Amino acid sequence: MAMLELKNVHAHYGKIHALKNVSIKVNKGEIVTLIGGNGAGKSTTLKTISGTLKPSSGQVFLNGEDLAKYPAHEIVKKGIVQVPEGRRIFGQLTVMENLDLGAFTSKDKKKDAQTIEKIFELFPRLAERCRQVAGTLSGGEQQMLAMGRALMTNPKILLLDEPSMGLAPVLVDNVFKTIKILHAEGTTILLVEQNARMALKTASRGYVIQTGKVIFEDDAKKLLENEMVKKAYMGD
Amino acid sequence: MFQKWKDRVTVTDIVMWMIGGTMLLLCLWGSVSTIRAGLYTSSHWIDFCIFGLAQGSIYALIATGYTMVYGVLKMINFAHGEVFMSGPFTGYFVAMAFWRSDFLDTHPVLGIIVIFGVAMFVSTMIAYFLEKIAYRPLRSAPRLIPLITAIGASFFLQYLFRGLYGSGINAYPDIEILEGFWMIFGIRVLKIQVIVIIAAVLLMLVLYNFIMLTKVGKAIRAVSEDKEAAALMGINVDAMISTTFVIGGMAAGAAGVLYALMFKQVHFFMGFIPGIKAFTAAVLGGIGNIPGAMLGGVFLGLIESVAPALFLDGLGIIAPYQLKDAIAFSMLVMVLIFRPTGILGERLSAKKA
Repeated sequence: MAMLELKNVHAHYGKIHALKNVSIKVNKGEIVTLIGGNGAGKSTTLKTISGTLKPSSGQVFLNGEDLAKYPAHEIVKKGIVQVPEGRRIFGQLTVMENLDLGAFTSKDKKKDAQTIEKIFELFPRLAERCRQVAGTLSGGEQQMLAMGRALMTNPKILLLDEPSMGLAPVLVDNVFKTIKILHAEGTTILLVEQNARMALKTASRGYVIQTGKVIFEDDAKKLLENEMVKKAYMGD
Repeated sequence: MFQKWKDRVTVTDIVMWMIGGTMLLLCLWGSVSTIRAGLYTSSHWIDFCIFGLAQGSIYALIATGYTMVYGVLKMINFAHGEVFMSGPFTGYFVAMAFWRSDFLDTHPVLGIIVIFGVAMFVSTMIAYFLEKIAYRPLRSAPRLIPLITAIGASFFLQYLFRGLYGSGINAYPDIEILEGFWMIFGIRVLKIQVIVIIAAVLLMLVLYNFIMLTKVGKAIRAVSEDKEAAALMGINVDAMISTTFVIGGMAAGAAGVLYALMFKQVHFFMGFIPGIKAFTAAVLGGIGNIPGAMLGGVFLGLIESVAPALFLDGLGIIAPYQLKDAIAFSMLVMVLIFRPTGILGERLSAKKA
């Protein structure tokens, strides 16, 4: 059974039909990527999973349980956490406070302290800046913080929305390295990216979404060689 | 250089600066002539300052409620003055019952604590249900609509209390231990004013530390910044908004009892002027900013108490104290013109940018 499954999901923003019959599966331990152009419905798909936008029809299942009845903050407790597009860190709070809020749902302070240690190992930069106000961090550091904050929940599945957006190429490499490390540690990842080449190189499977519909679904390697995908999303 | 300057400054700017400059000059001139005339002794000034601090710390407590609600909902809760009124008004009945049974004479401290407890509970409940019934269903409506609802809720609460308890002024009973004065460093100060200042400062310290240090406080600040991102971190946004109203209601209830103990009266309309003043204080300090609201409240209280005598007496105005509200609101207009973000407002403007 797939860990996360979207079954025939439709979603609307008012009258705009943003998702049309989207079905996606993510198995435990996989990195799955969802690629597509601007406005194709990538972020909307993540929103229907994290509960900030309820599907107008169709279901989202986590380990077989329908998530329809849970509000967004309950879904986090179920083990799905999203790093939103544009990072959305709390700019007026310190780095440490941001991380504390990542552990908002947790009641176990000892475990939180261990998680923070682990995150500081992964992102030593955050440890150096832990007293700094988050709004003053650089873009790359903010991305680290956004990921660190999400990891504080010890998620079963991590949803990443365009983690490489607006970052310098060196930092983009760093982000993808981090994704591989997290995967090696056993986190299941659903990665939404415009940087299709990097995303497909990192992922094991991929979905291509266009105007709210999934148009391709295949192994990442095969998608990398697919002529149409190359032409449309990799500029070849 | 001159050309650049000319392009940037409009005629309106120049007129505004002239008005501001004139007011400043008038204040200076008034102050100098008041002091030279020697109408007031230094003990008068000290009295003005302590009364101003006491009144200002009450404003400050109410203002934190305005500013926190603005933080999480980006709306002005104009019914907050009625949240402030409802507590001491209910506390009045408890106080009278205690007074009639001599409980206030035999156990004054316990009596006062119970009055505070009842008042804070009532204010808190009213604030909580106000949000739940009047504001929550309108969460996604255009911003003007909750504002109108707030004004409606304000009138509803005023006339509810008027209908239930009459339109008269009810005198709070005298409590023996709060009467009289203390000598502090050779200065005669009224006990009640000192107690009001100390109680308000303690409450503000508790409130500030709660917001800054606890997990719930951090979550409230996170919700103020970005509701959706907060929800994605597992924070129950609705619960945090309710908590904000609860904290604001508690502060307003406590401020209400302090006000009632200081001015010895309650009536259904008592929340209006302090509410507007506290709103002014919150804007003065930079709305959305909690230390700003506290600072703005104390500052406004002081100005209101000192300025009529200091600025206006020397200008030959006969009843300067009647103009204290005029001074307070002129300050608001001036601050909005020359520093729209308020005293501590930089962080707010940074947030919006």
